Amino acid sequence: MASKENYLVGIFDDEDVLLSAVENIRDKGVKIKEVYTPFPVHGLDEALGYRRTRLPIAAFLFGMTGTITALSTQIWMLGFDWPMIIGGKNHFSIPPFIPVTFEFTVLLAAFGMAGTFLVVSDMKPYKWPRMFDNRSTDDKHVMAIDLAANKISKEEISQILKSNGASEVNEKSY
Amino acid sequence: MNATHEVSDERYIFKPETRSKLLILLAVGIVLLGIGTWMAMSGGEEHRGGHAATTVTKDMVASLDAPATEAAAGEEHHGSPAWLKRIYTTLWMNNVFFTGLGLIGLFFVAIQYAAQAGWSAGVKRIPLAMGHWIPFAGILMLVIWFVVKGDVFHWTHASLYDKASIGPDGTYDEILDKKGVYFFWPLDNGSFPAFYIIRLVVFFGLWYMFFMWIRKEMLAEDVDGLNTHWEKARKYSAIFLVFFGVSSSVAAWDWVMSIDTHWFSTMMGWYVFASWWVTGLAMITLIVSMLKNSGYLKIVNANHLHDLGKFVFAFSVFWTYIWFSQFMLIYYANIPEETVYFIQRRTVSPYSWIFFANLILNFALPFLLLMMRDSKRHIGMLKIVTPIVIIGHWLDYYLMVTPGVMKGEGSIGLIEIGMAMIFLACFLWVTLSSLAKYPLIAKNDPMLQESLGHHI
Repeated sequence: MASKENYLVGIFDDEDVLLSAVENIRDKGVKIKEVYTPFPVHGLDEALGYRRTRLPIAAFLFGMTGTITALSTQIWMLGFDWPMIIGGKNHFSIPPFIPVTFEFTVLLAAFGMAGTFLVVSDMKPYKWPRMFDNRSTDDKHVMAIDLAANKISKEEISQILKSNGASEVNEKSY
Repeated sequence: MNATHEVSDERYIFKPETRSKLLILLAVGIVLLGIGTWMAMSGGEEHRGGHAATTVTKDMVASLDAPATEAAAGEEHHGSPAWLKRIYTTLWMNNVFFTGLGLIGLFFVAIQYAAQAGWSAGVKRIPLAMGHWIPFAGILMLVIWFVVKGDVFHWTHASLYDKASIGPDGTYDEILDKKGVYFFWPLDNGSFPAFYIIRLVVFFGLWYMFFMWIRKEMLAEDVDGLNTHWEKARKYSAIFLVFFGVSSSVAAWDWVMSIDTHWFSTMMGWYVFASWWVTGLAMITLIVSMLKNSGYLKIVNANHLHDLGKFVFAFSVFWTYIWFSQFMLIYYANIPEETVYFIQRRTVSPYSWIFFANLILNFALPFLLLMMRDSKRHIGMLKIVTPIVIIGHWLDYYLMVTPGVMKGEGSIGLIEIGMAMIFLACFLWVTLSSLAKYPLIAKNDPMLQESLGHHI
């Protein structure tokens, strides 16, 4: 059966070796698809050349949506559509609207941010995550290299990985 | 990654240029205070909206017996002329404000030890230097209290506790008589407020002792590099934090809430603390930024500034949360004896603009300006936002203290600005001259390596 996607998977035992390996491998012109680590490794994002996430902007926009929705809903409902006297206050009085507005802002920001995160990091509900090596949840750092995205031959990449401290190099196809 | 970094010795030098700048600030403050006093004495800016305000206050309390007698009695014995009352008020208010800055210096250091924080190892000397203000603030607090008590603290008047003078025209105040024990114990109500003064002295005494203990361990560590100093400082810090939790709240009742004698709020302890805390954080951040700009603190980088900026951002929001919690409960319950506090501040002309400026300067601006990650990492932005926060909370304290004393006659003029400049110059003088006395970097701090590798 002909596979569509072929990967070379390098296994690393130590995060310091991994970090220098990432830098050296990228310097040699090899494109790394992703690195999976059992715990957060400081400096890995920079080494991989990732841009900073724009998730805070999404959170802000979702939060603003919450603020505007909650405020306008309350003002319209209690101020115009069905005015009610509650606690002897004016129909249109901002202070009692603030707690609801605050909560709704937080709710939408949190939901929106979590949802955005799941979508952009390819963890949609119907999507089964791809495990290049199950040991990345235990004690190994796993580097996946997409062969189709690289012009360098498989043997050469394998050699580069080994010379940079990979304890094993496996092939994986999907 | 795990390599240990060498840290070169660094010392802050309190340069003659800095000294002369502070002296100019002090001199300008004194001149402004003088001109302001002269103008107020010759009756220039009096009576703006004063009568309207008095009417509002009386209407507000008309439904209650006791405060009505208070208002009546208040006019009889509040003796000093308006200009002198203004000076007394701003003297007291500035001292409470700057006491907080000194205290927060110590509190910040203690928090770092108790939390075993690593990131802050490079900046801890700045809040430590701010703590040197505590003894000065304590002496000032005691002296100023005896000078201003008759005008600022309504409850000090003996006639309020005189049972011979009961009745609509009498001076006896039943509410205060029942609260009196909190001020006067073990003596008789209306005599010398022994309990109050004991608290003031004990608080400052213990704060200063904890400050000296923690400071001693921090400086001893520079010499012999033993980690036991860090552990001892941590122990003192933990005990201090427990004590500070109680004492800061009681101090807020004593020094701020007791000015509006009949009014009370269970949020006041937190409110005063929140305001002190965010101002102190802003002051620490500002001093760190200034030092960094003049070439000091080489080991402090954008990551440390980011954390300080986050502190200012987060506790601006925290202050707003406390502010709103206090306002919301009083607004919704709508009990006259509580609402009078906000009605005085929101509707009376000299205070109403400060009431809203308070929220804009202390919530909206820091919230929006410090929201982005990049703005917390740039000294330029921090140097814009932290003065806004410091000035904003100075206005916050103005609003806590002044309306209770000055009623409708308060204003912010040359007297208030001059006095603030005098206090600021003295505070900075003490802070910077103390900072110059010991190394700027604690090179033997066990957390220093973590701080050097700090990365967020």
